[in-house]
Parts: sequence; C-alpha cells; structure tokens
Amino acid sequence: MTRPLLYTSYKQDTALLDTRAKRLSVLVLLVAAAFVPLQVADDLLQLLAVGMVASIGAIGLNIVSGYAGQISLGHAFFLAIGAYTGAALSGDPDGKVLGFGVDFLPVWVLASGLVAAVAGVIVAPLATRLRGLYLAVVTLGLVFLGAHILKEWDALSGGPGVGRPAAVPALFGIRLDEPGTFTKEQKMFWLMLVLLVVFAVLARNLVRSRVGRAFVAVRDRDLAASAIGIDVGRTKLLAFAVSSFYAGVAGSLLYTVAGYMDPESFGLAMSIQYIAMVQIGGIATISGSIMGAMALTLLPRLTRELPAVLPFISTDTQEFPNVYQVDTALYGVLIIAFLIFEPRGMYGLWNRQRAYWKAWPFSY
Amino acid sequence: MRVISFAQPGFMLAGAVIVTYLSAEVGFWAAAVLSVLAVSLLALGVERVAIRPMVGRPVFAIAIITLGLDVVIRVVANGFIGLDVRQVGDPWKLDTVSVLGVEVQQRYLAMFAAALLMVAALFLFFRYTRFGLAMRAASFDQEAALAQGVSVSGVFAVSWAMAGGLAAVAGIMFGAGTSIDQNIWIIALKALPAIILGGLDSLAGAVAGGLAIGLFESLVSSYQSDHLPWLGENFATVSPYVLMLAVLLLRPYGLFGTREVERV
Repeated sequence: MTRPLLYTSYKQDTALLDTRAKRLSVLVLLVAAAFVPLQVADDLLQLLAVGMVASIGAIGLNIVSGYAGQISLGHAFFLAIGAYTGAALSGDPDGKVLGFGVDFLPVWVLASGLVAAVAGVIVAPLATRLRGLYLAVVTLGLVFLGAHILKEWDALSGGPGVGRPAAVPALFGIRLDEPGTFTKEQKMFWLMLVLLVVFAVLARNLVRSRVGRAFVAVRDRDLAASAIGIDVGRTKLLAFAVSSFYAGVAGSLLYTVAGYMDPESFGLAMSIQYIAMVQIGGIATISGSIMGAMALTLLPRLTRELPAVLPFISTDTQEFPNVYQVDTALYGVLIIAFLIFEPRGMYGLWNRQRAYWKAWPFSY
Repeated sequence: MRVISFAQPGFMLAGAVIVTYLSAEVGFWAAAVLSVLAVSLLALGVERVAIRPMVGRPVFAIAIITLGLDVVIRVVANGFIGLDVRQVGDPWKLDTVSVLGVEVQQRYLAMFAAALLMVAALFLFFRYTRFGLAMRAASFDQEAALAQGVSVSGVFAVSWAMAGGLAAVAGIMFGAGTSIDQNIWIIALKALPAIILGGLDSLAGAVAGGLAIGLFESLVSSYQSDHLPWLGENFATVSPYVLMLAVLLLRPYGLFGTREVERV
C-alpha cells in the first residue's frame, strides 16, 4: 500500500525517479528516443545529436551557475578547451594541424573533460575570492583570452577562418562518422544519446547527494553554509571542476557531427547561448538543461520557416531583418521573457501544467 | 543598484548609429544631442519594461536580463549599420592642432574634454544635488532610502536613462574621426574591466580604471610586438582583461571598491 507524495524515508525523498509515473515516462521516452533514428530524416537527426551534446554542456553550466550559484560567462572557454583537446588527441598525426592519432572515443572524451576540469580548477581560486558580478566579468575576460589564444595558435586551431577537423569518433576500429550499415547521422545520434543518458544520470546523482546539497547551500547563503560546516572554497572549486569537465566533454563532441570547427565559434556568443539554454530550460534542474538545450538547438530550424509566414523577414544575409538576426535576437527576447514571466524556465511551465492536471478538476 | 549592465555596449552602439544617420540631416551637434536623448529614452523604456519587474530578484537575474537586452539591441543596431562602415560626421576629422609643441589630433582633445566634462558633471551631480544624494542613498540601502521618502523606482529610472545617455556619448566620441562598424561593441565591452578594476561602487574608481586600462592597452600595443612577440598579434585587444585578472587576484574588490562586510 503506497500513497503518492508520502515519503517515509530520506531514501524515498532523494530517489532518482520518485514516482511510478516518472519511471514509466522516462522508460517510454528512452525507448522512443532509441527508435528515432530509424524514422527521422538525417538532417534532423544531426540537429538532434548536436542538441544532445549541447545538453551535456548545459548541464555543466547548470551545475556551476544553477546549483552552486557562480555565474560564469566563461563556458565557451571550457568548451573550447575540450573541443581542441579532443581534436588534437584524435587528429591525424600527419595532418596540417596538431594531432596524435588516438581516435578511440572514450579516451579522448575523458581526456578532454579532464583537461577542461584542470582549467576549471585553475580558474576556481578566482571564484573563491570574488563574489557575484565580479566573477561574471572575470569569466567574460576568460572567453576573450581563450579566443585570442586560439586565434594565435595556428598549429592547434588552424587559424581563424580556416579551422581544423573536429575530433574523430571511433570505437573498436569502427569509424562512427562514416556511413556503414547505418548512416553517419544514425550512429552519431545513438552515440550522443548514450553519452547524454550517462552524463545526465551522473549529474542527477551528484546534485541529489551530499555534494549537490553543499552546492545549493553555498548558492543560497555562503555564510550560513560555512556555519554548518561546508568548506565554501572547496565546494566552489568542485563545482567549477565538475562543470568544466562537462563543458570539456560537450566541447569535444560538439563538432564531431559537423566534422569541422572554426576557432571563431568559441566566442562570447556561445557563452550567452549556453546561459540562455540554462535560463530558458530551468535553473538548477537537469531535465530543464536538456529541454533548454534542445529547444535552442532546434530554434534556428524553426526560424528558417519564418520567411514563409512573415514575408518581411529575409533569408538573405545582406538584408535586414534576416533570419540569422531574428535567431540571435530571439535568444535575447526569450531570456528576457522567461526571466520576467517564468523564472523557472520550461521546467517551471511543465511543473505548473503537471500541478494543474494533478489537482484536476479541482485546480485553481 | 549594485548591478552591472551588460547592455551598455548595446546602448553605445545605438548612440553611435543614430548619429551616423542624423548628422547628415541636421549637423553633428544637433545629431549628437538628439542621439543622447533618444538612447536615454530607450534606456528608460528598457528599464520600465524589463528591469522594473525584476525589483527584489537576485542581481544575477538582472545581470542576465541585461545580457539578453544587449543581444537584442545589438542585433537591431547592427542591422542599421549593415556591412559597410558608417561615418559619424564629426567636425574634427583627422585635423591636428599643436599643443605645447606636440601635434595632437583635435578629436582626442574633444574626447578628453568630453570625458572631463562628464566626470565633473557627474561628480557635482552626486555630491551637491538632492537627487544625486537620493541616488547614493538608494544604492546604499533601498529600504532605508524608501523610508526617508526617496522614490527608489524614480532613482532606477533616472539612473538607467543617465547610463544610456552616457553610453551614447561614449559611442559618439568613439566614432569621431574614424568610422563605425559592427565590431565597436567589443571596444564597449572594455568598459567592464575598467569599472571592475576601479571598483564597482566608485565613480573615481571608474575614471582611474578607465585611464589605467587605456594606458595599459596603448603601452602593450606599442611595445609588446618588440619585447614579447610570442604573445601574438593584437594581444593589446585582450590586455585589459589580463590587467583586470591580475589586479583582482591582489585586490578582489578592485582598486577603489569598498570591501563588502557581511553581517550575519
């Protein structure tokens, strides 16, 4: 005899999926996702795969900004570190740019994450000394420094406007980015799905554990947190390390689907994009990060349809307003609108719907 | 209100763009005044629509909203710039004048004068007017200011309008003599290291920080290619951030910022 929402132990309260409805819906969602590649066209699959990688990155930003409350405008910097570590490790040793030929996927994904995490640990002492907006501007500085390094280090990045091939995904000698029994997009989709599930579950486990509660305590009131015995400095350091690890992993995978990357893409615009994902999806929720990342990755695809509906929007980059400008402006508008009307993001919208129907027909 | 507005580069760009359109019609000076007024109004509107509902929410949320605002304003302003470069149409061009035997471009003198005028005006405003006092009070403690009859919402509105107007002046002055293209917002972003370097809550700090950043950048751009070539070309453009990082490691609240003391 179990009653919904009656928790009799901490174990129930902190369970990964605390209701049967959640267990069922997650199962259905996963099974459905696994069969998506057999039904959906390749170009959409590619977009969805990129969306899942972006989700991993957004989860990372959500851990440091949403859970631990350290606003970071420097996420693009850590994504870049991951992207170039992965690309250099797996790259062609005889190519024009730096490469070591280690193309076994788990190796370079983990290495990218670790290198980015080390960078996060180096940056974190700043975070322990600085509060709030000072930190935001300092991390903004990181993005510019990173962009400068990438621009100058031609041997690694190929130089601005030229770029280099992204990391080469291979598992046990099978290249995932070349068509075989399944197309490239199908294989990449499954790969990203597996990785996203792994990293999402890991993140969910982290934030419901002692460490995750320490993050939240530091975010809500760091003085109070230190009074109950949380080492604030160490917690911030850990948050930065974990977040950068996720950013590194996401960065290394981000361009594997497209196969090519330009150093200029890792700019402030990318950091803002990830902040938008977290803000729009839902601050301090893992499922929200995934929703936000998916929504913002699919957004350009939707705006491409706009000129058919609103004829004054042009598809030509020379004209104003064109779809690319609409895209960028929409990020801004969505951030503002969500912050004003639903600060909890898409997760909040969903939560409100769920509460409404749960109490139906007695909902107010 | 203890918030950094990331929308400042957007306002600066908007001010400069408006002048490029108006100066051909009504002359530079009238265009400059109109542009400052227009951007102030824009900032006022932005405050009313996007910032006012956020009163009482964490400063992070407000900072992120200004980030969103910046993106929107910049897209629109860049749309008006287009791909070509636009002229501000200022009276100085690249003419020089001799000051104590040194040839100086007139536009630099104009920039210097404008900066001096603005700082002096702001200083007098904050120091000697009732409203300046009200603004300082509201920034110090909103509730206490409210209790003394200060209209805190009025203070916010006026401070946003002032910030917009000042950003427009900066944008116009930056465009003087040269031209404006889509990249000037990167220059505008350097205002952030400047105020952080000086300390967030200090007007004198902002001036000192701005001068320090400007001087450091010029020095780096002149000497770095000879002495430290391994740092790469155009290292000067990122040097403000390096200086900021270095200073913040030693002084976490900037050069002149007040140390926050937490009361439990």
